[in-house]
Amino acid sequence: MRFFKKTTWAPSLRRLSGLRREEKQEDIMGLTDASGDLAGEMEVDAFRRLFPLRFYERHLLESIRPDARPLGKARDTTMALGAVASADGSALVKIGHTTMLAAIKMEVMTPASESPGEGCIAIDFHMPPICSPLIRPGRPAEAAPVLSKQLTDIILSSEMVDLKELCLIPGKAAWMAYLDIYCLDADGALFDAALLSAVAAFSHLCIPAVSVNDEGRVFAISEEQIEGKSLKEPLNKGKRKLTLSCTPLALTCILHKKYILADPTAEEESIMETLATVVLDMSGRLVSFYKPGGTFLAYTSAVQDCISLTRQRVKELQEILTEAIADLELD
Amino acid sequence: MEVDRVDGRTPNQLRPLTCSRNVLNRAHGSARWSQGDTILLAAVYGPKAGTRKNGNPEKASIEVIWKPKTGQIGKEEKEYEMILERTLQSICLLTVNPNTTTSIILQVVNDDGAVSFLENYVMFKMAYLTKKVQLLPSAINAASAALVDAGIPLKHLAVAISCGLEESGSVLLDPTKLEEQKMKAFAYLVFPNSVASILPEASLQVEGELLEHGMITSVTHGVMSVDSYLHCLERGRSASAKMSDFLRRSLQSRVPNDLPKTG
Repeated sequence: MRFFKKTTWAPSLRRLSGLRREEKQEDIMGLTDASGDLAGEMEVDAFRRLFPLRFYERHLLESIRPDARPLGKARDTTMALGAVASADGSALVKIGHTTMLAAIKMEVMTPASESPGEGCIAIDFHMPPICSPLIRPGRPAEAAPVLSKQLTDIILSSEMVDLKELCLIPGKAAWMAYLDIYCLDADGALFDAALLSAVAAFSHLCIPAVSVNDEGRVFAISEEQIEGKSLKEPLNKGKRKLTLSCTPLALTCILHKKYILADPTAEEESIMETLATVVLDMSGRLVSFYKPGGTFLAYTSAVQDCISLTRQRVKELQEILTEAIADLELD
Repeated sequence: MEVDRVDGRTPNQLRPLTCSRNVLNRAHGSARWSQGDTILLAAVYGPKAGTRKNGNPEKASIEVIWKPKTGQIGKEEKEYEMILERTLQSICLLTVNPNTTTSIILQVVNDDGAVSFLENYVMFKMAYLTKKVQLLPSAINAASAALVDAGIPLKHLAVAISCGLEESGSVLLDPTKLEEQKMKAFAYLVFPNSVASILPEASLQVEGELLEHGMITSVTHGVMSVDSYLHCLERGRSASAKMSDFLRRSLQSRVPNDLPKTG
């Protein structure tokens, strides 16, 4: 083993530092040197698989990550509102490769006697086997119920949605919002993507128009019926959009020695295990600071750094969200 | 700082703690932890051969099983299990017993009587919170005492504190159920115990901060300002020193000629 390290890995380590430069050159010249470089590329790849932690630490020394991101930068984020036509509100969110599909279905229910003037939100997070090689069909993922619990906690405790707005007739009828989030590709920072997709789905949500018949039963009416004026006024006229206040948005960071890596990929999460998730709302208040154990301890300076990284990220995400909503209104 | 807590404690004072070890005969290690009216029983079995599914065979794996006082386990119990598992993993020396599994079973004995409070909806919401506020920190303390009792190699202990944030912004440590209802946010923080070492203090420092000032686990509930959170962190840190003194005392009090149990 020692022999191998000296002869084979040492040059590959040297190559690592030159790797970035070579990649750039390749970009300029196209695919000129692909076959000649293969042996060298293989070495780096083998090094990455055999000594993943050292591979990463070597990059961290240069303040860069293997996917060419600086440490504090999150991956590209895209958002498509209204991805599910049959749902009342939906969004497809991608952070890097991590993909989340969130959809809301509204149903009329009788409110609980304890809170006659409030509707209800039920949140469920699903991790089907397609999302990751670690999840086998038939066995539910361990992380899924924990994540849906956390999402419920965050969305309810941040008071993003005023539950009173979901009320139709106090004591008689209120909306039950079923929010289902499907993870289609799990490549790290699942909570961030799931929360973003939930927020996006709520901002896309258009509550169906309903009316009350003579028996006092609430029923849905279609758009044509509203225009045709064959029925009386819809019950919830002018209340079809929710006003979202204090939207919570999240950033997950890896703490590794003195480094803080924002928005980790699944590979980074599996190698460096100390994670901290910070959730801030639009006005900069802390909704959650979640750090479940991990090898490295969080000192005050690291806590503050994580929070300020999240501040920047929340601004970015807010812009993306506003843009997506503006695009939708244009169409 | 005004003293207006219902039970006459100062804002920094914890409720009476008791910790007894070796309470179960068949378990490899066990502990009973009570903090006010919250009582938990922790048992450790292991290390047993083989890791869990998807576990790294080069390391020991830790498994936590949460048993509520009544009823089936749901999503919140799963969440507790995951938080405890990650926290305990970080205090154990996982490389000493590779390819083994250590199970920690936590049984809630008394959770401050949250069930009788199911009178109205607000109380119902509070009941869930109460469970979390009261149980999670106690569970971590109980589990780390049980791990010591079982002789599982540890880096340090985990000392858990709950902080409640009042509407006015003042922080109360270790809130009781009654106090909780007036609070807007909570933070549960876990720190390493303070180290008693013959080494000079400077050698124990990491980047100019003491080891025991680093946070292992943080879980929060409710919206608060960033400054309040940092304030909680500060207060929790100073209280964890007292708590770790208590743990050290109660763990040392074991009778010297106590024979090791046969598994």
